[in-house]
Amino acid sequence: MNHPDTTAVDINRRGAGSFGEWYASGAPWVWFTGGAVAISAILVVGLLLLIAVRGLGHFWPAPVTVAQYAEPGQPARPLIAQLGATETVSAARLESAGIPVDTDQPFYDRRLVKVANRDVYGSDFRYLLDQWIVERSFPADISVFERLEWGDLFGTLVSVSEAGNRVASGDSAWAAFEQRHDRARDLYAQIEHIQDGEIGKVNYALEQLRLQQRRYELNDAFTAARKAEMAEKRTELDARYAELQAELNELQERIERDSITVRVQTGETVTVPLEEVVRGYQPNAMGLGEKIGFYFAKIWEFVSEEPREANTEGGIFPAIFGTVLMVLLMSVLVTPFGVVAALYMREYAKQGVITRTIRIAVNNLAGVPSIVYGVFGLGFFVYAIGGSIDQLFYAESLPAPTFGTGGIFWASLTLAILTLPVVIVATEEGLARIPRSIREASLALGATKAETLWKVVLPMSSPAMMTGLILAIARAAGEVAPLMLVGVVKLAPSLPMDGNFPFLHLDRKFMHLGFHIYDVGFQSPNVEAARPLVYATALLLVLVIVLLNLAAVRIRNRLRERYRALEH
Amino acid sequence: MDAPGNGTLRDTMMRDKSKEALAESLSAPRQQPAARGEVAVEVDGLNLFYGDKQALNSVTLDIERNKVTAFIGPSGCGKSTLLRCFNRMNDLIDTVRTEGEIRLGSKNIFDKDVDVARLRRQVGMVFQKPNPFPKSIYENVAYGLRLAGENKKSVLDDTVEWALKGAALWGEVKDRLQESALGMSGGQQQRLVIARAIAVQPKVLLLDEPCSALDPISTLKVEELIDQLKADYTVLIVTHNMQQAARVSDYTAFMYLGDLIEYNETDTIFTNPGKKQTEDYITGRYG
Repeated sequence: MNHPDTTAVDINRRGAGSFGEWYASGAPWVWFTGGAVAISAILVVGLLLLIAVRGLGHFWPAPVTVAQYAEPGQPARPLIAQLGATETVSAARLESAGIPVDTDQPFYDRRLVKVANRDVYGSDFRYLLDQWIVERSFPADISVFERLEWGDLFGTLVSVSEAGNRVASGDSAWAAFEQRHDRARDLYAQIEHIQDGEIGKVNYALEQLRLQQRRYELNDAFTAARKAEMAEKRTELDARYAELQAELNELQERIERDSITVRVQTGETVTVPLEEVVRGYQPNAMGLGEKIGFYFAKIWEFVSEEPREANTEGGIFPAIFGTVLMVLLMSVLVTPFGVVAALYMREYAKQGVITRTIRIAVNNLAGVPSIVYGVFGLGFFVYAIGGSIDQLFYAESLPAPTFGTGGIFWASLTLAILTLPVVIVATEEGLARIPRSIREASLALGATKAETLWKVVLPMSSPAMMTGLILAIARAAGEVAPLMLVGVVKLAPSLPMDGNFPFLHLDRKFMHLGFHIYDVGFQSPNVEAARPLVYATALLLVLVIVLLNLAAVRIRNRLRERYRALEH
Repeated sequence: MDAPGNGTLRDTMMRDKSKEALAESLSAPRQQPAARGEVAVEVDGLNLFYGDKQALNSVTLDIERNKVTAFIGPSGCGKSTLLRCFNRMNDLIDTVRTEGEIRLGSKNIFDKDVDVARLRRQVGMVFQKPNPFPKSIYENVAYGLRLAGENKKSVLDDTVEWALKGAALWGEVKDRLQESALGMSGGQQQRLVIARAIAVQPKVLLLDEPCSALDPISTLKVEELIDQLKADYTVLIVTHNMQQAARVSDYTAFMYLGDLIEYNETDTIFTNPGKKQTEDYITGRYG
């Protein structure tokens, strides 16, 4: 009988380095699967980087170039502009546009330049051929003035005037401008405060008084005593209004005192009242530290101020506020509703065909396009319910609708319906994961089913509810389409929350970051000025969603730690 | 105490008797141990069905007050099902139907006018695996009291201390009552749920294989505890472990396929079982 030769064991690698061995080792799978992860990561990082770079670059104080634009066959024209990006364009295309190019050179670099001074030239931006921009220099005395209207003004400060009389010119003009500009901004802030704050309050009170009177009239309860009382109140408010108006007029007079005169590239001079100037700076004279300071000031303005000039200037604070408030309202609405529904389906309902059908229906609701929810919200919430509410409770302000038109409450409610399925599904899963032994422990101690639910099951499934809420927030914060039907506007006159009772105005229309992106990007009259704002707003929207989600994740992790379920 | 079954002679004798014994067991209306004290619970002709399948066949026995009664038998014999009848935990299963009576102080617990929550406060239960709530040690023990409407801090404090002492746990946890119960060891958790059960001062305590998930040292502690508990409570214990039944119980009931085969003093069951099946089981011939 032959025994195998145990001394000759061959366990060496065979054909090391061959394709077959490489394939059998599983290495291709590692590369394949790892590659998928890497591509996803690169896409996410790339997306964020792109919008961050494009959006955040907008706030940097770019230098202003002074040059000559030498178009062949014409005298050179002076140019004061911020130079933007270039693109390559074929000569044929330029020629067909009527530009006298030399067709021997097949391609030209075309540069986007910001010449500003929309009131003088008609538009802020124009395309110029890069090679014709000659004699470029960066003189330190070129100034940029941001105005309340007509965009930026580029030029050289000639003089500063007080009540039409020149008080400073030449080298001393800039110092005089800075000093007087500070004074003008102070006055402007006071005017804003009176206009929006004080007068706003008086107007609100007057409007409430008018509605109150209308209410009395509708109920036939407008008695003489009430009439007298109201008249008294109205006189009081009117007096207050006149007082504020006088104060306002006085401030207005004081702010109109100063003006500046600026020479623009064509050599003309432009006179601007100082009250119109938001900010003045000389980018070519700024050091790095100054530029960084300016940069952060601009970013702060962007997130904290209200928009100006058809949303292309100023900040987007109302949109941030509206987005966050709407998501919070949505959370407050969807969580109890979804949890209660899941509770019934999982704990009380008899598991059978009907429950299964309902469950499938709920899951499918998550796949309905969001615009459909918008249509539903408009038809059902706004017109049907809102209209009825107006008839019943706000009859005094009809025909002007109160809840019978889009508003932040209806928008939140529509999104709550939209996100309901994820909350229900997540909560049901959470309830199903509570071990039976824990329920039995509670029941065996003499708890009823309801007591067991309240004291043990619900607290233990709260992390699952938070998971549902996190998914809901992620979906709701990014939705735009349904909101356009139920309450979002491009410019809301006031925030949905302010100092006037009842503080939270659920009927008001609001601004939203997602819609703001759409509006600035597609509806703006000034496309070139709006483009960087699209990126900046998109970045901010992503940031807001991430922050909202992080907050929810934090809460969930704390709950998880607290109600860590037993592993059985 | 080791299971008996030494000697082929006795085996043969038992085998001869087995048919007779089985007939006797089926015909006997009520099996009673010889020496009897005060009866705490009476089970009378209890049949239980899971849907169409019968799981308990006309079980009848009396359980003596302040004694430990053990239920043994192979898996699926119905001992846990029987135990869960005493506090009507089987109500949670939709398909379960019962016939017959269990009388607790002359009141049939299956009567329509019985408040199940109040019944369960009288008949406490400890489960196979420790199942503390994800709350603090203190809140675990106070849970049943709060359910009963007791919210006075001094009363809760006193009762929690008393219950933890009763479960031989006070010394180990008195400095960390506000910590989560989930941070305790398995043995501590099982004693905690015993403390939780006795905090509401039940008359009867049901233990469903209370040591099956515990290590030997924790098992020993729980067994010692059971011995102390019988001074105040009537204890019913289901166990797979025959040595444990022999160690802790005063009476033992052997069940097989839904039938109560033999019920007697533990010493008698383990040294001189009356039925062939009992003998076979405790000597390890099947089960």
